[in-house]
Amino acid sequence: MTLDQIIDLTSLVLILLGAVLCLIAAIGLLRLRDVPARLHAATKPQVLGLILICIAVSLSLREWHVVAFLAVVVIVQFATAPLSAHMVGRQAYRNGRLDTENLVVDELGQAGQNEAPRR
Amino acid sequence: MNPLLVVIVVVFALAALLTIVRIVMGPSILDRAVASDVLLTEVVCVLGAEMAINGHTRSLPVLLIIAAIGVFGSITVARFVAVKESRTP
Repeated sequence: MTLDQIIDLTSLVLILLGAVLCLIAAIGLLRLRDVPARLHAATKPQVLGLILICIAVSLSLREWHVVAFLAVVVIVQFATAPLSAHMVGRQAYRNGRLDTENLVVDELGQAGQNEAPRR
Repeated sequence: MNPLLVVIVVVFALAALLTIVRIVMGPSILDRAVASDVLLTEVVCVLGAEMAINGHTRSLPVLLIIAAIGVFGSITVARFVAVKESRTP
């Protein structure tokens, strides 16, 4: 088995791992109960899955300009993924789409009345 | 055909199918926004996987654009969700 074949196989295995992460996120979306729990499942493939796929593409193509481009893609995804998670999570809290009985501590509720769920 | 490729395609298809089930079922619009975000991520992953398997670079700009502006969808939905929607859980 030559080195090229080993690298191609590694790339395929990394793609499979990324696909499995997407599947885990989909199962989590179906199984978990409220919006923040589903958000927790949903943000895993957004960052880790994308990194695995980008490493796989770099290993498969083996060119430096592709690696540079993919680094930009990953950094942009790092910057934007928490934005949507933050907005959706805060709106879920305000709308009362939250399983409050199972919360250990409700820091937003303690922090101030302006962040409390609207009735 | 490499059996690993078949497994990859099946896993991606299953993930997309389960996500679409959540988009259809989702009790609130926020659940649907989260699920649509996951579906978009899966599209990105499939594009990257196809690029790595077939060995071309044509989809690279698409990856960058989706990573940069795909976030605006769920931000907009979260920003303009009606509060009264939560009264019928």
